[in-house]
Amino acid sequence: MNFFKRTIPLIIAFVMGVLMAFQYYVPHEASQSLLKIVTRWGITIAGFAVFIGVYSLFHLHWNKIKRKLPGWGYSIFVFFGAGITVAFGLYNGGEFFWNDKQQGTMFDWMYFNVQVPAGATMFSILAFFMASAAYRTFRARTSEATILLVAAVIVMLGRVPVGTLLWESLPPIADWIMSVPNMAAKRGILIGVSIGAIATSLKIIFGIERAYLGGGD
Amino acid sequence: MIKNREVSITTWILVAFCIINIFFLVTGKLGFDAKGLGIITAVAFTLAMYSFLYKDNPVFKIAENLFVGVAMGYWIIITWFNILKPDVFETLIVPFFNDTGNAPQYIVIIPTLLGIFMLLRFSTKLSWLSRWSFAFVVGLGAGITIPNFIHAFILKQLSFDLLITSNILDNINTFLILLGVVSVLIYFFFSMEHKGVIGGVSKIGVWYLMIAFGASFGFTVMARMSLLIGRIQFLVRDWLGLIQ
Repeated sequence: MNFFKRTIPLIIAFVMGVLMAFQYYVPHEASQSLLKIVTRWGITIAGFAVFIGVYSLFHLHWNKIKRKLPGWGYSIFVFFGAGITVAFGLYNGGEFFWNDKQQGTMFDWMYFNVQVPAGATMFSILAFFMASAAYRTFRARTSEATILLVAAVIVMLGRVPVGTLLWESLPPIADWIMSVPNMAAKRGILIGVSIGAIATSLKIIFGIERAYLGGGD
Repeated sequence: MIKNREVSITTWILVAFCIINIFFLVTGKLGFDAKGLGIITAVAFTLAMYSFLYKDNPVFKIAENLFVGVAMGYWIIITWFNILKPDVFETLIVPFFNDTGNAPQYIVIIPTLLGIFMLLRFSTKLSWLSRWSFAFVVGLGAGITIPNFIHAFILKQLSFDLLITSNILDNINTFLILLGVVSVLIYFFFSMEHKGVIGGVSKIGVWYLMIAFGASFGFTVMARMSLLIGRIQFLVRDWLGLIQ
């Protein structure tokens, strides 16, 4: 049984890893279609994985309601929101879910009038919290903190009309910061991250890294 | 006492919101149709979310939980229409049961089974089958990562187009980028003690990193600001109609 539980997953990871790594260097049509098919398979599996997230979220809120934990009443709204959206989505403007998705349905209405404004507002609230976080972070106590502060202020002012009003060279300086020192540092980080990702990928392919198998037998 | 005051504030705000919208609907400023009701719904969510700036309150919590639910429902439906319907339902299930003129693509059984195996994560007896699905996805990702990252994020990032040009400013910028990349990489190289020349170069790397973090922070703040401006514009223009 251990063969099915541990060895087969390692073989699958090894075969898929080696196949996809070598596929890149084979400029044949068959190789390209293999990449296309297998990538689509990955997306299909990820489609099923969405339901793991759905189950986790519903399980969490269902337990909150069942145990009457503090704030359990709000969890009802999660089910209400999801239920009504799924119902509209499946109804599909009267065409039902087995036909192609229709445009301008109640499902789209929910998206444009609930999800989009609520999401945008949620992120825009961060503008207020960032201002207070910036006050704490940007106290120029060291030379490094001063550099960070100056770069942030220049980039912020360089992106708004008041920056030009204060000093017309601010926007070009902000652009220079973004395209020279910022890009150099990002490039260095990216190279480091890539080397790490390649090393981890090799460890996964050769079965050294097995965290994805989870615990247990 | 404080709780009573808060309940009364919330009630008055809700009453004012209702009165304003009824007034807009009666006067025809907002149509009693999908668009008009959509604007009212969006405004309700926007104001409910902003109420958090005062303090955590029931209106915000209701809006937050509704938002989570709607987002979850949205992803369920989008997953169906964009992934499961075209890739599994229409290619395997429909041709199997109905004569559509197309033969069922039995090869699709492989990702379908692997997808179903993934859901067995919650089973105590069969959860080990989900490892096959995870192994497939992780192996696929690892295999694709190696050549693509080498090509796009290492070799391409190391190529400096026309290192020396006739423009002196371009040459200085190219040199500064080269210095930045090398010094940042040295800063992240922990197999050597950061002393002497290495310590000096890694110090330059820290400065570059600080500039990049500051720039990223400034950029993110401005992105959030533009979202805030967008929401305020929506309230003042689309709802209240105070600006055109």
